[in-house]
Amino acid sequence: MIENLLKDLQWALAFDFEAITPAKVEKALSQERLELTDLGALLSPAAESYLEPMAQKAQTLTRNFFGRNIDLYTPLYLANHCVNHCQYCAYHQQNPLRRGVLSREDLVKELAAIKALGFRDILLLTGESRARSGPDYLEEATRLAAGSFASVGLEVYPLKTPEYARLKAAGADYVCVYQETYQPDLYARVHPKGPKKNYQWRLMAPARALMAGVRGVGVGALLGLGPFRPDVLALAAHGRFLAHLSPAAELSYSTPRLRPILGALNQFSQVSEKELLQIILALRIFSPSFGLSLSTRESPHFRDHLIGLGITRLSAGVKTSVGGHDGPSQGDEQFIKSDERDVNEVRAAIVARGHQPVFADYARP
Amino acid sequence: MRDDPFRLGGREFHSRLILGSGKYPLPQIREVVAAGEPDIITLALRRVNAQGEANILDYLPPGKTWLPNTSGAQTAKEALTLARLARELGCGDFIKIEVIVDAKYLWPDNEETLEAVKLLVADGFVALPYMTPDLVMARKMEKAGAAAIMPLGAPIGSNKGLTTKELIRIMIAELETPIIVDAGLGRPSHACEAMEMGATAVMINTAVATAENPPAMAKAFALAVKAGREAYLAGLGPTTEAAASSPLTGFLKSEPPKASQ
Repeated sequence: MIENLLKDLQWALAFDFEAITPAKVEKALSQERLELTDLGALLSPAAESYLEPMAQKAQTLTRNFFGRNIDLYTPLYLANHCVNHCQYCAYHQQNPLRRGVLSREDLVKELAAIKALGFRDILLLTGESRARSGPDYLEEATRLAAGSFASVGLEVYPLKTPEYARLKAAGADYVCVYQETYQPDLYARVHPKGPKKNYQWRLMAPARALMAGVRGVGVGALLGLGPFRPDVLALAAHGRFLAHLSPAAELSYSTPRLRPILGALNQFSQVSEKELLQIILALRIFSPSFGLSLSTRESPHFRDHLIGLGITRLSAGVKTSVGGHDGPSQGDEQFIKSDERDVNEVRAAIVARGHQPVFADYARP
Repeated sequence: MRDDPFRLGGREFHSRLILGSGKYPLPQIREVVAAGEPDIITLALRRVNAQGEANILDYLPPGKTWLPNTSGAQTAKEALTLARLARELGCGDFIKIEVIVDAKYLWPDNEETLEAVKLLVADGFVALPYMTPDLVMARKMEKAGAAAIMPLGAPIGSNKGLTTKELIRIMIAELETPIIVDAGLGRPSHACEAMEMGATAVMINTAVATAENPPAMAKAFALAVKAGREAYLAGLGPTTEAAASSPLTGFLKSEPPKASQ
């Protein structure tokens, strides 16, 4: 099973984007069901001249499958203790950051404050620390969140299948584990120490979560660590693998761009807004039924214009510090945001684009 | 136009266009309903249960029958749980059973759907199962007490039309239970064709919601449904090639007349 995925990833990482001709882009755009090769064409430099027809197609596909709806959610950082050394992340172990973990009492207050803002879909996040925010802690946090939210997601370190099953039983609906980069050499370079070094353990985490019974998983690549095209093609290969593994699963892609962080220079390459647009359109055309989220790493202008073009999920009222919705935060921020708008402003922007803000898109059976 | 109602769950309905409410900005639903004049409106239960935020029920005009679906259910038991929740939330007893185990095409699981029909009927619901057209499975659902059968014309949201026409034609011919064609109808002509074939009603969501002008498209569907129904009742003439010039049974004339007994 994993062999097939590794083979697809290897193929994706070796794909020759420069060899794509306009004719191949046009063929890809005319297909109803795209192969990975067609996605490669849509991600190529040659496809940059086809952004408009790509946007038209992406808009139609999004409307037909999702209607004019945008799901709204907010992340809650539970803890920022971390034993990893990710070179691009403010939480890496040696960064002299203010660290914290929400107590049960604080968590209850944070959940109430977030619920009062109107949110019914919450994403719980931590750094990787089995000592400070281990599976028991996550289980308790999930149970508390599921008591008052229609949908609970987890964006935490990779867990074992039985641990995912415990969290599912506690009320977890979906799990996000982003591979960051699918390029093994680059992956090793930016994750020099800590458990995150283990590429395959992380790669198979979404599959483990599905096997444990969660309703959906999100996969993602952090754009800007290296050449983005191979990573996005590999991301889609990962998504396709999960769809075959679990046809009932609700799957989603996320393609955050690197943002400035506290305590580190960003020595990585940049991905332009135009390139990010191309990526989002290409992923929508390749995977019409996948959710696509766009975080507050992006500007209000960009986020607003992506509504209806492929994006199905937006965050709002985001605090990337630990807690901070009810009283002062208890730890520093993971990254610096571009979109500081609160929930009412984002909601108004969605309505202004002719769409329906959706706070609860799930009734737990 | 003659009065030509149909009955479901002890109620009488005059419009044979059932409209979905799922893919619009909420404020647009009223205009669409006003233009399409459906008697029955489907809705996703998850949109009803939106505490704190806009409740879809607040946007649906009064005097209509609500048909909540069990979207989100992957098993018969989950469908029953959601149906009970719908009843608690005041949506009534009509339930469109959706048990979906394929996230890409939103394909129904016929086997679990049949189980769900049994569970819901036993619990007093008026059950309308969404299913992949299959005569044998539809018969089982009918026997289990389904109030109507809702076969798909094409995958949800595809606007591809009556791609399963021959399968649905057979179901209409063989079953007593009303057949309501659901999903995939993308144009008024598709809806008209389903009605000409003898479908009891059609259910439309994406085709109206994704139109440039949804209220005008709702009206177009309403007209097409009426036209198709009228055509069905009028009895369509046969479609044939021109008749052969020399009759194939002409030889009978050369037989001597039978002696009368």
